[in-house]
Amino acid sequence: MLSKEKIREMETLALNIRMETMKAFGNLGFGHVGGALSIVDTLAVLYGVEMNIDPKNPDWEDRDWLICSKGHAGPAIYSSLALKGYFPLEELQTLNKPGTKLPSHCDKNLTIGIDMTTGSLGQGASLAVGVALGHKLDQRSNYTYLILGDGECQEGQVWEAVLYAAQVKLDNLITFVDHNKKQLDGYVKDINDMGEIKGKFESFDWYAQEVDGSNVAEIFEAVEKAKAQKGKPSVIVLNTVKGQGWSFAENTVSNHHMTVSPEQMEEALQELEQKLKKVVQS
Amino acid sequence: MSAILAKQRVKEEQEMRNVYCQCLLELAGKDPRVVVLDADLMSSMGMVPFGKAYPARTFNVGIQEANMIGVAAGLSATGKIPFAHSFAPFASRRCFDQIFLSCGYANLNVRIIGSDPGVTAAFNGGTHMPIEDLGILRTVPNITLLEPTDSIMLRDLVKQTAGLYGVYYIRLLRKNAIRIYEEGSTFEIGKAVEVKDGSDVTIIATGIMVEEALKAANILAIEGINARVLNMFTLKPIDKAAIIRAAQETGAIVTAENHNIINGLGSAVAEVIAENVLVPLERVGVNDHFGEVGPQNYLQEKFGLTAVNIVDKVKKAVARKL
Repeated sequence: MLSKEKIREMETLALNIRMETMKAFGNLGFGHVGGALSIVDTLAVLYGVEMNIDPKNPDWEDRDWLICSKGHAGPAIYSSLALKGYFPLEELQTLNKPGTKLPSHCDKNLTIGIDMTTGSLGQGASLAVGVALGHKLDQRSNYTYLILGDGECQEGQVWEAVLYAAQVKLDNLITFVDHNKKQLDGYVKDINDMGEIKGKFESFDWYAQEVDGSNVAEIFEAVEKAKAQKGKPSVIVLNTVKGQGWSFAENTVSNHHMTVSPEQMEEALQELEQKLKKVVQS
Repeated sequence: MSAILAKQRVKEEQEMRNVYCQCLLELAGKDPRVVVLDADLMSSMGMVPFGKAYPARTFNVGIQEANMIGVAAGLSATGKIPFAHSFAPFASRRCFDQIFLSCGYANLNVRIIGSDPGVTAAFNGGTHMPIEDLGILRTVPNITLLEPTDSIMLRDLVKQTAGLYGVYYIRLLRKNAIRIYEEGSTFEIGKAVEVKDGSDVTIIATGIMVEEALKAANILAIEGINARVLNMFTLKPIDKAAIIRAAQETGAIVTAENHNIINGLGSAVAEVIAENVLVPLERVGVNDHFGEVGPQNYLQEKFGLTAVNIVDKVKKAVARKL
């Protein structure tokens, strides 16, 4: 069981990730706000507690890997990495600027701490399977975490990878599906409905769970259960809200990519600071 | 590099796929990082012995070429040296974005084997006949494109690529090649091999067209035209120096490829001479057609992939000399 202190620590990290991410978007004036914010609570669990990593030795061979196949959530990961000490927080302000090491989509060759280059949806799934297979071959006990979008699951390559991961019994692969219900053009159900995602993974012989993707304790417990599973890969379907944590973004229907004015950034930061105060006081 | 020409150019006893399998077995024996991937064509590729010898290092993903390339790239990110095979159209066209991004853009370390180049797909027909694979892949930055001519070159190149880093596409004839080189020959990636010296014209060929070019050179010699023949087994990075030298020294060039003349060898050579030494150029290759079913010799005739057609094009090129 998680202590209240631990939960508070992860919630605090999540709010700090959101604030740093909004500062970077605000400074730039635009960004993939919705899908970056919706995955933050999971990042707080991974970077805060679950992942065995060493910011001073980012290429450590026995580290856990994170492959964010929905590469456009990069800015939220950059904030997590900076907060963990991989690089200075000020660097977040260079997001998407000419010559930056922080591009809109994850690039392992540019950003310290980013394990895989992603951006063309679906490809991160196969890459994660390859990485997890490589670790198995080397008999390492580390985990490979994969983040997929719910809209991304429309890509056929995702299901190619899902099928094969079960075939080779990748119990060192833990996948999250950020089920924020929306994709670029609107609601997933209106465009090409993914239906019941957990059941689809189950039918591919995965160990599947579904949790509240804004609840760090639930996410943590699900990861622990996933780790205890032997002989099959795991998926955790995260029920999230696209734009989670900034009410204006949550209430904006088309929030995949948004402009963020300086005033909006301030508004978002105030809202998040209020939440942070509450968490600290709790 | 020391490439010694075979005394007799005859059909090899061993199929290229069997030689490929032996190479991989040897490499895997020496280096535990070597792994093999396939998309349900292990048997067609003669790789069943590898799967038996190294089951833990063999990943037959089934019929999922895009996933195979991604898995190969992921394996390489953990230090493995993957060799991933499918028929060339599926190993290139079908998974171009995966090769471009998951391998190339991500700067990972993957060898992709595309088998049955061009008309050698023969009875598998148009759907399986890669006339565009090199053209598509030529636009991937930093990729290396190789087409081994015979089993001697195959063995040397496969072994070399295992020790190098990057994305390598090996366009591989599965069947018996015509022996061009003597045992023990070695090759330098990115350097054309002069198969025959000559002063009147240069025929630049790859793959099965090297043999056709040599036959053409013999016919031309009888008619008093002394043709140089270059084997441009590396399409990318192309040997610019050899092309420029050929243009300067022989004054006319004919390319010969078992591929679409668009964006293949002919295009690559045209780019080099247009920017350096303008000389007449004629291209032998598939003239922007889809493939079709039939025996290889029928298809070679149909698409003009023959010594006779090379001779015609050489005469045209020589006549156009300034």
